[in-house]
Amino acid sequence: MTSRIELRAAPHVSKGASVERIMFNVVVALLPICAFAVVQYGLSALALIVTTTLTCMASERLFNRLAGRPAALSDWSAAITGLLLALTLPPAFPLWMAAVAGFVAIALGKALFGGIGYNVFNPALVGRAFVQAAFPAAITTWVPAYYDGRFTAFIPTTLTAPLMTPPNLSEWVGRHAVDGFTGATPMARWKFENQIAEVGDFLSGMATASVGETSAPLILICGLFLAVRGFLDWRIPVAVLGSAMLLALVFHLADPGRYPPPVFVLLSGGLVLGAVFMATDMATSPVTPLGVWLYGALIGALTVVIRYFGGLTEGVMYAILIGNALAPLLDQLTPPRVFGQARGGLRDHFRRKPETRP
Amino acid sequence: MIPGRQEPTRFEEFMEGIWKQNPVFVMVLGMCPALAVTVSAVNALAMGLATTFVLLGSTLLVSLMRKWVPREVRIATYIVIIATFVTVVDYLIAAISLALYEALGAFIQLIVVNCIILGRAEAHASRNPPGRALINATGMGIGFTIGLFALGSVREILGAGKLFGVALFGPEFQPWVIMVLPPGGFFVLGAWLLLFNWLKTRGAASGKPAEANVHA
Repeated sequence: MTSRIELRAAPHVSKGASVERIMFNVVVALLPICAFAVVQYGLSALALIVTTTLTCMASERLFNRLAGRPAALSDWSAAITGLLLALTLPPAFPLWMAAVAGFVAIALGKALFGGIGYNVFNPALVGRAFVQAAFPAAITTWVPAYYDGRFTAFIPTTLTAPLMTPPNLSEWVGRHAVDGFTGATPMARWKFENQIAEVGDFLSGMATASVGETSAPLILICGLFLAVRGFLDWRIPVAVLGSAMLLALVFHLADPGRYPPPVFVLLSGGLVLGAVFMATDMATSPVTPLGVWLYGALIGALTVVIRYFGGLTEGVMYAILIGNALAPLLDQLTPPRVFGQARGGLRDHFRRKPETRP
Repeated sequence: MIPGRQEPTRFEEFMEGIWKQNPVFVMVLGMCPALAVTVSAVNALAMGLATTFVLLGSTLLVSLMRKWVPREVRIATYIVIIATFVTVVDYLIAAISLALYEALGAFIQLIVVNCIILGRAEAHASRNPPGRALINATGMGIGFTIGLFALGSVREILGAGKLFGVALFGPEFQPWVIMVLPPGGFFVLGAWLLLFNWLKTRGAASGKPAEANVHA
């Protein structure tokens, strides 16, 4: 933490939470997900996680020094950005590209806005959005989970020399693929081949996906740990998943042949990871109770809309980034009613005649 | 000339466009070509030189005619003068390199509405004798070309692994697709602006008196 001076109005009741404590708890909650990823993808996943985390922490230190801020790595926030970033990347992603993503995440996503607490967008997703636009081929190259020899050798693309094109993986995948591996994510298979993956695949981590988004139950348990300790606003994941499920249900009921059942939408891709760990970033989500619900519902609905009607197969990243951009606006539109005061905010805003609106 | 203010020397007049009032990095003018055509160093240089040519020609004419142009129609007069030189440069580029002409596209014709040129005509050429106006315009043109080249070279190196079409990293290079897309232009421009501002504020913070105060 950069400053120990606390200026605030009464009542002086402290929850005992500090930036370090909250962030440390998030790191603890992310570790089981990272461990599961390493079990699934072996050395490559481990190297990916270590690379992004170290790059993020090094960039944080560099920019804090340039800006004359105390170089506080002890607040863990850069480490969280690194861990989250790694979890959203495909396992075969070359390490040098991961390092670019880590640097961009901190430089563009955080340092430019003034460091911790001032960022408008989730830094990890800024980093991922950059590499998605810069290296569209590498970020959609998938490998099977639990392949043989994952603890003794890297996936060939992992150690690509900096600035160079990763080698073609199809031959390697052919040798290592478990039966039924198609090299596409369940969402891509649904979108382009109209095949729906088994629910069991998602629960066991067999579904093809990014490093950390394969096991929805594990992510939910880790999120629950944070929510119970009060370090995570449970309303955001509930709103995100709820609105995504509702919208998916409406589409499914309207045309079951074309749109997948809601459970597929919930479990596939990064929706659960995004809802639990990314949409809930304290600096980039609204603070008012109604604003939080609207924010979550918006992200869930946007995810479904992008997945169903967009050019990309996955929509969670852009949905959360758009939600981040709207968060300050939602806060302004939904101030809670202060006891003894007249109503304000959204409801009142629309009840008034247009010419008297503030 | 503002009374009591010392006239800048020829050298200062020349350097104004390159450093103190750089069109791209300080005045942030002419952003349309600066973002749109700077996907390669050659495009950037060509655009910079074309703009410089139009800037020099129109500055000379505007400065020569400054005593006879009525105030009320001065902007229309400037536009006609600028459009004349843009037509010249348009045909010139088409004659020299058709490939380049196609790469730059409508942005050659759009030099007409480049605010650097109209801005120089209004703010400088119409108030100064031809010699002084030409010196200033040369500096501005070079400054604009440097700005475009700074953007174009970075975008070509990262976006294609080349500089002036020469491969720098071998055939295995992984192009950064985003750098040749519009967002890449904004990112690179932002990075250069950041660097420029950082250099300026660092100079001011280290106790060196700001240049503006020296001339005042």
